[in-house]
Amino acid sequence: MEGNKKMITIYIMGKAYKVPFGLTIMKAVEYAGYRFIRGAGCRAGFCGACATVYRKKGDYKFRTALACQTTAEDGMYLAQLPFVPANREEYNIENIDPDKNVLSEYYPEINRCVSCNTCTKSCPQELDVMDFIQAAIRGDYKKVSSLSFDCIQCGLCTARCPAEITHYHVAQLARRIYGKYYSPIPKHLEKRVGEIKKGKFDKEIERLKKMSVDELKKAYVKRKIERIPRGEVREE
Amino acid sequence: MKLINGYTEEMRESIEKVEKTRAERMKKSFEAMSMEEREEVLKKYHPDYKPDKKRAVKVGPNKGDIAPHEVVDLLEAYPLIDPKDIDLKHIDYDVDILIVGGGGAGTVAALWANNSGIPAENILMATKLRHGDANSMMAQGGIQAADREEDSPAIHYLDVVGGGHFANKPELVEALVKDAPFILKWHEELGVQYDKNPDGTYVERSGGGTSRFRLHSAKDYTGMEIMRVIRDEFRNRKIPVLEFSPAIELLMDDSGTVAGALLLNMETEQYYVVRAKATIMATGGFGRLHIQGFPTTNHYGATADGLVMSYRAGARLRDLDTVQYHPTGAAYPEQIVGLLITEKVRGMGAQPVNKNGELFVFPLEPRDVEAASFIRECYGRNNCVETPTGMKGIWLDSPMIEEIEGEGAIQKNLDAMYRMYKRFGIDMTKDPILVFPTLHYQNGGVEIDANARTSVSGLFAAGEVEGGVHGKNRLMGNSLLDYNVFGRRAGINAAKWVKKHGKPKNLNLKHVENYIKELKRAKIPKKRKSPMLLPDYRGEKVLARVVDIF
Repeated sequence: MEGNKKMITIYIMGKAYKVPFGLTIMKAVEYAGYRFIRGAGCRAGFCGACATVYRKKGDYKFRTALACQTTAEDGMYLAQLPFVPANREEYNIENIDPDKNVLSEYYPEINRCVSCNTCTKSCPQELDVMDFIQAAIRGDYKKVSSLSFDCIQCGLCTARCPAEITHYHVAQLARRIYGKYYSPIPKHLEKRVGEIKKGKFDKEIERLKKMSVDELKKAYVKRKIERIPRGEVREE
Repeated sequence: MKLINGYTEEMRESIEKVEKTRAERMKKSFEAMSMEEREEVLKKYHPDYKPDKKRAVKVGPNKGDIAPHEVVDLLEAYPLIDPKDIDLKHIDYDVDILIVGGGGAGTVAALWANNSGIPAENILMATKLRHGDANSMMAQGGIQAADREEDSPAIHYLDVVGGGHFANKPELVEALVKDAPFILKWHEELGVQYDKNPDGTYVERSGGGTSRFRLHSAKDYTGMEIMRVIRDEFRNRKIPVLEFSPAIELLMDDSGTVAGALLLNMETEQYYVVRAKATIMATGGFGRLHIQGFPTTNHYGATADGLVMSYRAGARLRDLDTVQYHPTGAAYPEQIVGLLITEKVRGMGAQPVNKNGELFVFPLEPRDVEAASFIRECYGRNNCVETPTGMKGIWLDSPMIEEIEGEGAIQKNLDAMYRMYKRFGIDMTKDPILVFPTLHYQNGGVEIDANARTSVSGLFAAGEVEGGVHGKNRLMGNSLLDYNVFGRRAGINAAKWVKKHGKPKNLNLKHVENYIKELKRAKIPKKRKSPMLLPDYRGEKVLARVVDIF
């Protein structure tokens, strides 16, 4: 105890530091005196900058985490991945033939997957990474898309893969192909863009632009507000 | 301390009350406020309306204008470098367009500069963290665009200016709402995946202060999905990028035109000189200044660097007197305090309720009004829940979403939220979550025109660093739109500028020297330096014994 705070010991790259219990790994490392240049980005679980590997004292298991989304525990041996070298293929999304298995063409190493499931186990988002690599081998863009959608591209799967697959780049390509070539086409959008180009709304917007604050206030208060009646589902 | 499914016993008692009133609340809504009621709650409870938390700037183009102390402290500050120590004869990078900042706005600007005929190798992006480490990546709720038959850009316009207290710059609002459907179309062509119905129409929801269902999302990873795709496209085009190398000062030529920037490689601590015919400022906002001590939703690098550099070069700023506090930042558990709980949670039907389980405000007022109402409920009426670490908060009744839209609706639409709470032992499909306003967005910034030009020639700006679009308060879903609309306009117009101008001659830092003179005249304390680049979160005990030798 230090004051009324319960203290724990963490090992940052092997060096022991006492830090208060209840902090994220990121905040615990900062408390210990480290100032990040690499290894901190959004600090909220969206950017993948703080990929962390660790073991717990007396435990053989090699673990992975996001430093900003994991509570520091007593006896953690921590290191961060400042960067993950990973091959990324360049392509032109306009010239892709979506009927072929482009994934296998650009990333033939996906066929080396030995189904060891290490990628899935190392994913801090708990995605079914191996399953989407299997779907990629089959050229199933939709499945890769949906299974990989929450991927934050931290690279932990790639760093751990014995088959040297760059899962997150494969999935990025699959999602763009699915989004561009297979997701339903928003035809109404084309129409609206055309209307705007032809100036359909110009007169009204011009009128609003010229209004005094008082006139705008009146128009604003009077505007009709679209609402869903309680208990009703609008979508799908 | 004993926790039951993530909450203390005291909190559990309050949750029981929330559960008891749920069925009754589901049938009702709460009357939206009149303009007078809005004014009243803002004046009394919004942090912006506390006069002692701001002061007038003593130097520069906005001398006399009011801004929060934390912002003024950076404007009234000396540069990190002494201009005399810098050798500008040796140019490290000689390009057409320099883009300062690697978030959404910078990436979109680069793509559209390239689309406008500037070869990739003549563009350079310099960014402080990694390409894509930005608030753009973290935006959850969605992007507004008036694409439905029942909606129009004119209605969108009225919502934007109403939310912004009618202080917005009209030409910018016009650009924002008129470009919006085109931006979605562009995203579709790049392969961004939005939530859609089988007929190709979008799943659209309402946000605070919007009068139509206009919010397009990709689950609650909207910002990440857009940022991933545009960054992927940027990489395919082979546009050069320097990471961990922020600009620390703009450079100018003899005619007072911006001519590039001085970069700092934060890892080797050496500087680079970049000469550019046009410079696009896209450094994002200022959440990490923790204005008035608030926690923030913002990424690690949101430290207002672009405001400072542009200001020293003579660019006018605007609307910096207001700050956006997002009504729903996490207030519990401690590990995630201040992180964003997307407005989509309320958009999907979750009501904000007090410790007694009472709904006390219309759930989708504009953000400033909603945030002020939460603060009133806590500090004016003492109806809030207190956490073990002393944070105050109000409940966001998330289980209502599953009651309204069916089981599984949260995981399907709010997976990031669900995942974050689960990591810390809370199931938001079963229990409400505790929230309190958090510092979220820089409403104002470097003033631009509809072509994304600042008041200084050769300098463009896009995204959160720029001001005028949102007036005094931004609406949900308009920041992703802002960086796309003005990032694109900055890229296109910088490309046009480049085609008409030759390489800048006689690069100099005279504007910085003059600024230093002005600072001295105003007797600004010498130790105050900026840009900040990164906040310092090292423990107090460590900082007290730091030896500065490296």
